[in-house]
Amino acid sequence: MVLPPGAKTYPPESPLMETPSDSQKRHTLALLVDNRPGVLARVATLVSGRGYNIDSLSVAETMDSAVSLITLIVSGSPKIVNQIVKQLRKLINVIKVVDLSDVDYVERQLVIVRVKALAENRTEITRLCDIFRGKIIDVSSKTFTLEITGGEAKIKAALGLLSEFGIEEQVSTGLTAIARSSALKK
Amino acid sequence: MTYMSGAEILIECWKKEGVKVIFGYPGATTIDIHHHLEVSGLRFVLCRHEQAAVHAADGYARATGRPGVVLVTSGPGATNTITGLAGAHMDSVPVLVFSGQVSRLSIGNDAFQEVDIVGVSRPVTKHNYLVLSTEELAQTVKEAFYVATTGRPGAVLVDLPKDVMSGKAQFSYPKKVELRAYQPHLVPHPRQIQKVTDLLLKAKKPLIYSGGGVISSGASEELLKLAELLNIPVTTTLMGLGGFPGSHPLYLGMLGMHGLYKANMAVQSADLILAVGARFDDRVTGALDSFAPEAVIIHIDVDTTSIHKIVDVDVPLVADARQALVAVLGALGPLPSFDQKAREDWLAAIKKWDKESPLTYDKSEGEVIKPQMVIETIYKKTKGKAIIVTEVGQHQMWAAQYYLCDSPRQFVTSGGLGVMGFGLPAALGVLVARPGATVFDLAGDGSILMNIQELTTAVQENLPVKVAILNNGSLGMVRQWQELFYQGRYAATILTNSPDYVKLAEAFGAKGFKATKRSEVEKVIEKGLAEPGPVLMDFNVDPTELVYPMVPGGRALNDMILKKTQSR
Repeated sequence: MVLPPGAKTYPPESPLMETPSDSQKRHTLALLVDNRPGVLARVATLVSGRGYNIDSLSVAETMDSAVSLITLIVSGSPKIVNQIVKQLRKLINVIKVVDLSDVDYVERQLVIVRVKALAENRTEITRLCDIFRGKIIDVSSKTFTLEITGGEAKIKAALGLLSEFGIEEQVSTGLTAIARSSALKK
Repeated sequence: MTYMSGAEILIECWKKEGVKVIFGYPGATTIDIHHHLEVSGLRFVLCRHEQAAVHAADGYARATGRPGVVLVTSGPGATNTITGLAGAHMDSVPVLVFSGQVSRLSIGNDAFQEVDIVGVSRPVTKHNYLVLSTEELAQTVKEAFYVATTGRPGAVLVDLPKDVMSGKAQFSYPKKVELRAYQPHLVPHPRQIQKVTDLLLKAKKPLIYSGGGVISSGASEELLKLAELLNIPVTTTLMGLGGFPGSHPLYLGMLGMHGLYKANMAVQSADLILAVGARFDDRVTGALDSFAPEAVIIHIDVDTTSIHKIVDVDVPLVADARQALVAVLGALGPLPSFDQKAREDWLAAIKKWDKESPLTYDKSEGEVIKPQMVIETIYKKTKGKAIIVTEVGQHQMWAAQYYLCDSPRQFVTSGGLGVMGFGLPAALGVLVARPGATVFDLAGDGSILMNIQELTTAVQENLPVKVAILNNGSLGMVRQWQELFYQGRYAATILTNSPDYVKLAEAFGAKGFKATKRSEVEKVIEKGLAEPGPVLMDFNVDPTELVYPMVPGGRALNDMILKKTQSR
């Protein structure tokens, strides 16, 4: 888009709209919410209504069936993320919000990937799968289907290597995360 | 425990919540409720548009502090409430909309008059509910009232499927609500209170900037005490008008885009700003990087998300405004010692600004009616005691500047959302709450036509609203921007073919009066006040008059246009 000289980009005066260069950081937010219809929609509306993208999302019931855990990954400057966290806390069905990026935590994601597996590559792919502690969960004459879990970096590395053989299809869950017990003792 | 239908349960719940009046409009999905409401002893005010019904309930709530209740049907009835909900919510007014919905089995089937109103209203309400069984109705209604009225109040919608209303269940009203995830933080932290009092005593040029939160928490008395105790001048937001007496010597008037010169100058020179129940709206702060450059900022607000949202503050204090001020007063004690000399210098500086550029307009002789003069005359004729409701635009700003409200809940206006068409229905809501009060709807000729059908409601309910139209034949505020910043190209802002308002009033069964000359203004107001019923007064005012001072968008607060010649 070509802007006339002096024009400002949208929207000019919103203090929340900072340019991407302003210390954008990825934040993993863990939300304990009421396990009820519409709660996820409220969370998603709140984030999207302010113009922010949800990079990753996962939702599941917790040990208490009345409560669900939403793991939400958003990027933004500390000011923006802080504001999102406060707004989320304000939702009537949101019980607790923790920005795990402030503490030591572990995160995992599950990826299922169908990769081309020609006869000459099969050993190599199997080895790679072992190295990444994945599993081969389906086999055909021309493909392997692998299941790999891990943090974002590990998944990225695995997919990078597998892509050399040709990835036919890949699906992924959102990231989910938990604080380390050492972080909780403080 | 008794066995009742959903409709009967709903009405019982309203009674338990102390509801006396419901505003609304009936339809297919709410027939069951109306059937029982008719014989319930509760008053139903039939408005002529659902949006107006929400504004009326909003006005009722603003006048009393009690929640306003609305009942509408599904589909269009429900979608028509959205502007009302958004306006009430943005101004933190407790309004509850109960909307009919198609029967549960039809939901999602594109049934007649079906709309997912819970989905539609989600971003404009504090919370909303779809009631999925008659059994959970009472608990939900209890919760809805609790959420709407506590913490930072707001709008709540409860969607009621028709078969949930006709279905039966055991009724017992829950005694209390416990929401694990919702616990408003009302009590101020003692350590923060200490910080606040230390800073207040140390400040040489302190200023209180008070907002709507002072009114909704009932903190006006405490605010007055604090200001007088430490001799601190006070400026208010549009929403805060009346929260501090408008005729008090420490009062500087409104701040912001159309704030008074002395108020804006005080903000820019203060060494301490105590913000109470205000949220640093963009119409208040002007350019953020130059807002209150000298000041340490203390921010008292019940809503954590308001803190550090726009302006980074030095001392945040999350609490109910009244409780916070009570605690501050307690910590200060009856005879706090502070630098009296510095304070006198500060007040003298403010007085000097007032002399430099007082709030005024061209008062030269002639028969042209200046809009400000109409408001001043209304002020005189009502001895400053009328409840002023406004529409949105130039007249709203003049009302804020020239009608000095001494009491909280005396000035009712759509601040955050700026809803044209708010005033007339809201004024009716105020009159329902405060029968016998003199209630003005100060309007423009643009706004008044947006909900003019409510004159019918006024006549039908015998609500003697005094509508004063400052008729300048244009959409004045936008026209003002066009004149100042868009080279005078008056695109879509000149109103031709306006109705004859006197005849219009008569057609509705109200009284209409018109003033085209300055000498007629006083008489028209007197006649309007003498009428026992609703009145429409049409004042043909000077169309070239603009609202001053004005801080152009994106400029610093002290960068004001003060009069016409300065137009850029």
